[in-house]
Amino acid sequence: MSGSRMSRILIPLGVVLFATVGLLLLAGTKPWDPIRLVVEGSIGWPPFEEGTASKVGDTVMVWVPIALASAGLIVTFAAGMWNIGIEGQIIMGAIAASFVAREVTASRPILVALTILAGAIGGMLWGLLVGVLRTAGGVNEIFGGLGLDFVALSITTYLIIGPWSRAGQASTSGTDLFPEAALLPSLERSRLSPLGIAITLIAIVGVWILFRGTLYGLKLKAVGANRPSSFLMGIPTNRYLLGAFMICGALAGIAGTSQATGFHFKLIPAISGNYGFLAILVVLLARFRAFWVIPISFFFAMIAVGSSQLDLRLDVSSTLGGVLQGVLVLSAMFGLGWAAYRARRQAEAASGEGGG
Amino acid sequence: MSGFLTAFFDMFDTATIASIVAGASGLFFATMGETISEKAGVINLSVDGSMMLAALAGFVVAFQTGNVWLGFPAAAAVGIVVALTIAYGNIKLSLNQVAIGFVLFALCTELSRFLGSSYVGRQPVAVPAWDIPGLSSIPFFGRVLFSHNVIVYLSMTTVLLTYLFMYRTRAGLELQGIGERPEAAHSRGIAVNRLRYFYTALGGALIGMGGAAFSLDVKIGWSDRPTRNFGWIVLAIVIFGGWHPLRAAFGVLLFGALQAFALNLQPEFPSFSQVLPSIPFPAMILALVVVNWKTLLTWLDRYPFLRAILRSDPPTAIGTRFEVS
Repeated sequence: MSGSRMSRILIPLGVVLFATVGLLLLAGTKPWDPIRLVVEGSIGWPPFEEGTASKVGDTVMVWVPIALASAGLIVTFAAGMWNIGIEGQIIMGAIAASFVAREVTASRPILVALTILAGAIGGMLWGLLVGVLRTAGGVNEIFGGLGLDFVALSITTYLIIGPWSRAGQASTSGTDLFPEAALLPSLERSRLSPLGIAITLIAIVGVWILFRGTLYGLKLKAVGANRPSSFLMGIPTNRYLLGAFMICGALAGIAGTSQATGFHFKLIPAISGNYGFLAILVVLLARFRAFWVIPISFFFAMIAVGSSQLDLRLDVSSTLGGVLQGVLVLSAMFGLGWAAYRARRQAEAASGEGGG
Repeated sequence: MSGFLTAFFDMFDTATIASIVAGASGLFFATMGETISEKAGVINLSVDGSMMLAALAGFVVAFQTGNVWLGFPAAAAVGIVVALTIAYGNIKLSLNQVAIGFVLFALCTELSRFLGSSYVGRQPVAVPAWDIPGLSSIPFFGRVLFSHNVIVYLSMTTVLLTYLFMYRTRAGLELQGIGERPEAAHSRGIAVNRLRYFYTALGGALIGMGGAAFSLDVKIGWSDRPTRNFGWIVLAIVIFGGWHPLRAAFGVLLFGALQAFALNLQPEFPSFSQVLPSIPFPAMILALVVVNWKTLLTWLDRYPFLRAILRSDPPTAIGTRFEVS
């Protein structure tokens, strides 16, 4: 048993290490340099030294949206849904938060609360739309979600070059910066926002509790495991599916708020940063367990922030980070699959040749 | 409003229709590949990524060897490797097809960016034009169908062959069998999983060809993620096409027409110019709503002919594993 548990961790790690070193040699650098550069660029080297506050702040504020989106995705995955529309939900959250940040005048605490609320509602409604397309329209959530991703992206571009364009010139670089009072409160000279971290941790704990201690979570899992049976057991399956999409959408929407008011301080065309898709990888790697989301999404955030240095310093394409994330998830998936396959084979062999 | 109408009617001139057909080759290949794969019961969700990586492989091989034709087998090989990874993970290791497909989509996309970064903006190699002698001088049809290049003709032939194979041969019947009722197919002595490997690989090869058709013909050259989102459109068109090769081909042309329409609209609505090119994507999804709309389908049940045209029922065993018990 312990042997198989070891192999569960060692096989993926070995494959990742092998693939990383191979890729780096292929790219023509010493393997150690980029790894160190990624760490240095994201949390500093040696880690968390003084003077790295700004880098650490960036990494944490990339972690916030990835972790929030991942927490939401655990809910939709539990309901058996592939919420690829999460990108659109992040974007609509960011748009709704930007609307409040631009149009509402209030004192800072109220305005910040309003942007977060608006983001949650924006994402929630966009998520609900995917759910309605699925339950009432019969459109597979993958394609409904994807279509709504495109729509959300188009709306952002339209707003940025149209009604919300900067005074004087319309450019795709983004809107004007939001007023100070609308920004997510952060530490001095850093993007790091204690409020953002708190919300993210609450969301993750909340999702954990949902599936550990509530009837709603149990029923949601039943719907995900076997929809026809749950329906026959008297669970209103459609309502639960819609609920899952709304919870996920709301969390994704807050992630979008953080992107708009806590990272870019304005609305830009690529406001989601592809963190929704990244969160799907995180959740697959975390195997749908809430607390694993915290370290894994932080690791992914480190790669995302740190690899931007590769172009400048080592002449290695910064897309290497994305490749590594993909290799990591794929090898973990196949490593676990292989271990489970072997365990099954052994169990079959142990249960006797005659039975087969 | 008049601008809207002009843009609409401009789509119907011969040159525009010919350009829609010419631009459809990549999507023809890829939708046929995905249709075959899904008919056999295996969803290849990686299309958007594997098509991109195949497009890069095709471009690089053609660029390095100076021979454009060598790009296509290279691209097909990439498509096969990705497809077999999904088939192996699902059939042998009981992993979820959609999960592997999504991860492979992400990985292949990033790989294409990483490996292709030094090829951005390189001197492109393109498939040479070749009018079919005789046929190309037929009025209208000659221009629309027979004045392109070998790859476009091959893509149209692929559509026809896929249809004939699927619905007019015994092997095609078996292909449908392993996607609809694998248990029944198995009891008739058909090696379900071996055929699934084969058809997933065949589908992957066509998806790879689709990628090369983009980088060597439709959208010549290499840039960062040149075929971005077209793979997702392929997946949507397969559903829109009701897993039928000819209807899927119609979906491809419809998508091309929408693209041409959006392009024509650009000068009329300059303030929307950034938004218009992405309109065909959500429009395609809206089309899915229509073909899946329960009320409409119930109503259509009264009219078998219309129902046959509009229905979109997936292969029964799509996305599931088959195990000999």
